[in-house]
Amino acid sequence: MNSSQLLTYCTFTYLLASILYVAVFLFRAHKIGIIATICTVLGFLMQTVGIGLRWAESYQMGYGHAPLTNMYESLVFFSWSIILFYLGLELKFKNRLIGAFATPFAVASMALAALGMPDEIRPLVPALQSNWLIIHVVTCFIGYAALAVACGLGVMYLLKFYIGKPASQPDNQGSLIGSLPPLKIIDDITYKSIVFGFLWLSAGIITGAIWANSAWGTYWSWDPKETWSLISWFVYAVALHARFVRGWGGRRIAWLAIIGFIAVIFTYFGVNYLLSGLHSYA
Amino acid sequence: MKKEKNTIWVFFASVKLALFTLIILAIASIIGTVIQQNQSPEFYVKQFGPTTAKLFQVLDISQMYDSWWFIFLLVLLSINLIVCTLDRFPALWSMVTRDNLATNLDRLEKMGRKKTFFTKSSPNEIAGAIASIMENSGWKSEKADKEAGGVLFFSQKGHWTRLGLIAVHTSILVIFTGAIIGKTLGYKGGLMLPETATSDHIYQHGTNKKLPLGFEIRCDRFQISFYDNGSPKEYRTNITIMENGKEVKKTSIVVNDPLDYRGFTFYQANFQPIDGQFLTHIRKENTNSEQTFRMRAGKDIAWESEGITFGIINIMEPMMGGKYRYKIWFSDNRAEPVDFWMDGSATVKIERPDTSYFLTVKQLYSTGLQIAKDPGVWWVYIGFFIMLAGLYIVFFLSHRRLWVYIGNADNRTRILVCGSANKNKINFEKDFSTLIEQFEQNDNLHLA
Repeated sequence: MNSSQLLTYCTFTYLLASILYVAVFLFRAHKIGIIATICTVLGFLMQTVGIGLRWAESYQMGYGHAPLTNMYESLVFFSWSIILFYLGLELKFKNRLIGAFATPFAVASMALAALGMPDEIRPLVPALQSNWLIIHVVTCFIGYAALAVACGLGVMYLLKFYIGKPASQPDNQGSLIGSLPPLKIIDDITYKSIVFGFLWLSAGIITGAIWANSAWGTYWSWDPKETWSLISWFVYAVALHARFVRGWGGRRIAWLAIIGFIAVIFTYFGVNYLLSGLHSYA
Repeated sequence: MKKEKNTIWVFFASVKLALFTLIILAIASIIGTVIQQNQSPEFYVKQFGPTTAKLFQVLDISQMYDSWWFIFLLVLLSINLIVCTLDRFPALWSMVTRDNLATNLDRLEKMGRKKTFFTKSSPNEIAGAIASIMENSGWKSEKADKEAGGVLFFSQKGHWTRLGLIAVHTSILVIFTGAIIGKTLGYKGGLMLPETATSDHIYQHGTNKKLPLGFEIRCDRFQISFYDNGSPKEYRTNITIMENGKEVKKTSIVVNDPLDYRGFTFYQANFQPIDGQFLTHIRKENTNSEQTFRMRAGKDIAWESEGITFGIINIMEPMMGGKYRYKIWFSDNRAEPVDFWMDGSATVKIERPDTSYFLTVKQLYSTGLQIAKDPGVWWVYIGFFIMLAGLYIVFFLSHRRLWVYIGNADNRTRILVCGSANKNKINFEKDFSTLIEQFEQNDNLHLA
């Protein structure tokens, strides 16, 4: 078995898991929740082994580098981080409904990798031969993963807020939307995810800057990727200040979680495909 | 107690201003990623038309991130940060240093978490037991006697975490300071240095001004290596540093591994083959003496100490991705001169009556070095560290305070355990419950 096969199985396992999570939500089929979790954990193990295998394969080919060097590999790692973060949330908050809003991001990421990106293992170009590669990519993607889940939670919040709340009976347990966690709880988890993601996003920008300085002699050159990561950082900084000091919560934070993640996604993809700059590899 | 503050101070200390500046900075930053930077004026006229180009010129759009208005926004953010920090510091500092044993007893009754016990023992009898319960649960306490025979214990953790906020905000100012130091005292430059050539200066980026290094740098050799699939594996420049004509350091520079020397950092940036010039290396077998020459086709080179003359008399272009071939003429005045074809970068053995020579010929390259001198970079790095540490403190650590008050109440003694945390209240509640259990299980208190 090679890494590509394993990662393909993982994609389908994640797809199944996310369908199950959505089913738990749509049909209030809470009994199948445990199966969804088992699928997710299984997929995660496959993916972990798959990533490890790909690492080993690169050594067999004589290249020997961590599988974090192109769009395909970064998408796989992105989805791995999302699942890791989500499983942490599920464990901590004991709520599977978040899965319906979080795991689809991991499925989308894997599907995009499988369908849209060349998956061959290529040797590392000189610009990427640095220990900072792993540190930079890992810090960034832990952040991205948390912010992706925060976006999912934002969507969940708005769904509940706009559709699920008849004026007369807020938090109606009987209705579909009513089965979602109370708005206050969603808001709290969204905020916590943003905080976690913001810390790692900051670390990602910082490790990128230090790497840039050791490779080019400039820690900041306003290259589009750098600039967009800073724009995302600004959005989340605004969200946190608005919450800490001005007491923003609920709808506004939910919207900011979504807007922030759009900026993150643009940093990740948009810059590569729409703008030109130094980050031409991934 | 409340000071009158003037309106300008209030304006610059406000979070509203911070939000406004951050949003404007975010939106403005987009412009420079969409409109190409550092292009010629003609480019903008061609791309956007003369009217828009004129507007761009006024707004410095071609170098947006250095423009007056973008710098103005950063200055505004800095002033906002400074004033806001100064404004909030006294209150935060008093939270850190406050004497919590002086806390009004009425306020204790209103704490977030609280629990009361009663006992027949007098406050003085159980004071020791309470201090040790607290200490055993990790709450080392101070004690003060209160009116009417009451005793108040206080313990806190993480009071310094109140300053995390100041750390995060200061870190941004530290990073800006580093950036300003770098901009004013540092510079970036470049140097194209052919193999075997030496330079004692570099050229500043932008102005092309010649800047002295204070020492000399020589490029001994530039090498590119490739992977099997043809993509580049490594760009390496072998360097010798010389001071006052003496070699002091031999090293090599590769991408991602620059050379630091006397405040300058040399980076491998690019390279260029020099047309019609070659780098030859020759070694004499019996004496092991060797020499490197830079040469041109059709022009003989003399290795005078060894009495040897040689030259490249013909070149064959590579076919289908192959190598260059060179025709060499060689004479040592001890036998008939020879000529032969050899591959580029290969080493050939030339056998002569008295000894043999090993000869390598390759294309001559210039290595492109980027040079940075940035005395501000350590400020920036320290700022980075403070920011991450500060963010961690702000988000994940909390200031937890715990009071235990023992006082007389109707022939009995009332024990009030209470406390609060400014963040992470769930964790604090767990700690609090554990402590309460310790109280409940303690035999020395004789709880009723």
